[in-house]
Amino acid sequence: MSITTSEFSGARRLVLKGAGVAALIGLGVIPFDVPQALAAANDKYPEEAFKQKNEADAIKALYGKTAEPSDKVKMDAPEIAENGAVVPISATTTLADVTSISFLVSENPISLIASYKIPAGTLPSVANRIKMAKTSNVTVIVEAGGKLYSAQKEIKVTVGGCGG
Amino acid sequence: MASSIRVRATSNGDITEVQALIQHPMDSGFVKDAKGEIIPPHFIQVLTFEYDGKPVFVADWGGGVSKDPYVKFAFKGGKKGDDLKVSWVDNKGATDTATAKIQ
Repeated sequence: MSITTSEFSGARRLVLKGAGVAALIGLGVIPFDVPQALAAANDKYPEEAFKQKNEADAIKALYGKTAEPSDKVKMDAPEIAENGAVVPISATTTLADVTSISFLVSENPISLIASYKIPAGTLPSVANRIKMAKTSNVTVIVEAGGKLYSAQKEIKVTVGGCGG
Repeated sequence: MASSIRVRATSNGDITEVQALIQHPMDSGFVKDAKGEIIPPHFIQVLTFEYDGKPVFVADWGGGVSKDPYVKFAFKGGKKGDDLKVSWVDNKGATDTATAKIQ
């Protein structure tokens, strides 16, 4: 089972690397390492973003840009979460060309919770369950057409899900 | 070993809706056990759904996703009877894979 998975991701990485190299050769000059950077951003687990404590730093590490609030990003979440260990949150958007949707909790020890890649043909709508250490703002970031849009909501937590 | 992945994919002809539930501790590394010792981080990092050889949804997760994670999404296309492949890898390098028939 595990072999199939690693073979798959290995092959995928090779293909992406190959594409980057082909682009370099094709251009005949050594340009900025944009193709490789893009390939890496699309393929690799965003390790650095998941290490950032602060929400703004996490967004910067993940996307390298800042988000603007948009009423086209809708978040469905409870006002009050009785159990911070399991807070059901979903997000959807009417924006076109969505490539990813991310969830962040500003008061958690690590702000970034999850980042979902949305390939063409997949609907820009995700539901998941997250942990919240305490009452906090929850932010949804939608990447659409290369720009970032966000929605934010405060969720009150009566029993935290991350503390000891 | 029973699979850690439970997945249900249903097509209405145009859109396939997918719900997945995975058994995993999703330890964030910030919680202490009864003895006051930190439980080391142990969480799924990447969860991939593939249809027809292409990824239709990829989740990058941190330790802030709830234990036994649940996720729901939908994609255009997907025929009844076709396979949807699900696989995950966690921060310790463990993996699991399952294939579900679209209903």
